Amino acid sequence: MADSKPRTLFDKVWDAHVVEQLSDGTCVLYIDRHLVHEVTSPQAFEGLRLAGRKVRRPDATIAVADHNIPTEGRANGIKEEDSRIQVETLERNVVEFGVPYFPIMSPQQGIVHIIGPEQGISLPGMTIVCGDSHTSTHGAMGSLAFGIGTSEVEHVLATQTLLQNRAKNMLVRVDGVLPVGCTAKDIVLAIIGIIGTAGGTGHVIEFAGPAIRALDMAGRMTVCNMSIEAGARAGMIAPDETTFAYVRGKPYAPKGEALEQAIDWWRSLPADAGAVYDKTVVLDAATLAPMVTWGTNPEAVVAVTATVPDPAAEPDEAKRAQLARMVEYMGLVPGQKMTDLTIDVVFIGSCTNGRIEDIRAAAAIAKGRHVAAGVRAMVVPGSGIVRDQAEAEGLDKILLAAGFEWREPGCSMCLGMNPDKLTPGQRCASTSNRNFEGRQGPGGRTHLVSPAMAAAAAVTGRITDVRELG
Amino acid sequence: MDKFTTLTGVAAPLPMANVDTDKIIPARFLKTIKRTGLGVHLFDTLRFDADGAERPEFVLNQGPYRKAEILIAHENFGCGSSREHAPWALLDFGIRCVIAPDFADIFHNNTFKNGILPIRLPRAVCDQLMEDARQGDNARLTIDLAEQVVVRPNGERIRFEIDPFRKHLLLNGLDDISQTLQHAPSIDNYEARQVQEKSWMPGISV
Repeated sequence: MADSKPRTLFDKVWDAHVVEQLSDGTCVLYIDRHLVHEVTSPQAFEGLRLAGRKVRRPDATIAVADHNIPTEGRANGIKEEDSRIQVETLERNVVEFGVPYFPIMSPQQGIVHIIGPEQGISLPGMTIVCGDSHTSTHGAMGSLAFGIGTSEVEHVLATQTLLQNRAKNMLVRVDGVLPVGCTAKDIVLAIIGIIGTAGGTGHVIEFAGPAIRALDMAGRMTVCNMSIEAGARAGMIAPDETTFAYVRGKPYAPKGEALEQAIDWWRSLPADAGAVYDKTVVLDAATLAPMVTWGTNPEAVVAVTATVPDPAAEPDEAKRAQLARMVEYMGLVPGQKMTDLTIDVVFIGSCTNGRIEDIRAAAAIAKGRHVAAGVRAMVVPGSGIVRDQAEAEGLDKILLAAGFEWREPGCSMCLGMNPDKLTPGQRCASTSNRNFEGRQGPGGRTHLVSPAMAAAAAVTGRITDVRELG
Repeated sequence: MDKFTTLTGVAAPLPMANVDTDKIIPARFLKTIKRTGLGVHLFDTLRFDADGAERPEFVLNQGPYRKAEILIAHENFGCGSSREHAPWALLDFGIRCVIAPDFADIFHNNTFKNGILPIRLPRAVCDQLMEDARQGDNARLTIDLAEQVVVRPNGERIRFEIDPFRKHLLLNGLDDISQTLQHAPSIDNYEARQVQEKSWMPGISV
């Protein structure tokens, strides 16, 4: 770039992928990695077939089934017919179009956003897309990663590019040191509580500051994963030594001299001094407490020590009606303490919190305790690799002894596409990313929390401040 | 994709903010390998009770709104997932235009790919159109994309903004893959350069 204006991380990755800028500013943007799953791809492959088109870069594409596969007894096949047809369709399409695929029974199988980084397929400085909004997860690598619809999936398969307009830059800087008992999940829930579910619309958020730098890669992925819940197009974290150490030795990552060359370039990606952001939000991590959502969007979040808000205190009529609807749907009473809410189900897993670090955090709480009477608690590892690692560490035994279910990898109860669903009225402490009405099953009530908070709810049978369990 | 030129039709008032994609179409209906047939599940939990009976209070179950072609809503319409099943369900029901103060980014992108026009107008204007919509069949709205105006039943013309490239695609019913393929030589050049400059980047094979 001839332009010497200081650039942000997003600016640099974007500029490095502009194939052509059209007269009205729309860019043809090159895509380095395309992740494909069973739910949002069948119509895209069908479109290619009808137009007689091929997949332009099978070697930049990876497919996996994750959304609607069962998380137990998988070796016996998929019982639900429509789910089975979708997976079989993917398996036919990857053969017909020559796309690399991790089969359901292979250890590499897992949630698409867990396996990308885990396999070294998602790397810093890349553009990464997938027909799933939580593609923002991969931004933790220092890549520009975002979700797309099925028409765009077809567009990338056919052209390896997308037509895009440049997003604006937003900086979320998290200062200070995170208190004991708080995690990356609490950081991102707090951020969404501040900026709102549309606070990032039209922007790419760069998360920065000492509290973000101090996170391991798993925590950074949790933060970037939920950027979309703030409406952002993507979330990114500048690559640093933590990132490079993570990448080393991953199966599909460059090795030896090639890796050193890559790292040389990756070191040039962090924002230049004086780079300008269209919006900036600053947060002090030291002021945080473990967070829990009370309503039906992720912005409806409070500290676990707080009470259910009173809609009557909201001056705007439309907002007041929306808050009242949330209170009613969630079966709450304004002013009620969050810690007085009893729980029916606990779900630990998803692309937000299904990594080995999350399973360890849950097991640390579960160890020597037992799931409360009447509570069903599921742990669903994010991938076969995570599952194998957890079993190698004996975490499965700790969890099983404590009364948790230990299941096979997939999206599971995050979105209720497979048999793992809430029934109407059930209240769930969940490590997933969305608490929308009916998200985990029709009539289900979701409280989003960190893995440690979810495990704490499982053993006490109610929303619990994990710091009190010691 | 069908062209979008002008549209005159009944507008349904949906005075809700943050209408998420799980509301537009719950995940359990995404297990299809087709783009069509999703209209019966549009707004499933708002439209039907647990036994599948219509909820009479929901707007799309009421008289003229069963044939609504335009939807008026509040802020952040289409937030949540990237599922294109959301615009497919709207289109299959017969909705060709959604008017709201703002939209979630991915949903906004997805509508254009399916010949649905999303129109951003200030909240106060949306509230006026919401009042028009409440009069049902007696107050049809007209959308003229070429002129970029919404015409109210009282004849008032409200200008809206739209990205010129997207307008061109909608007016002519063009799909963007064929547009992009006109730039194939640039893509070839980019890839050749990338092989040189990013030789570290491995290909994927299993």
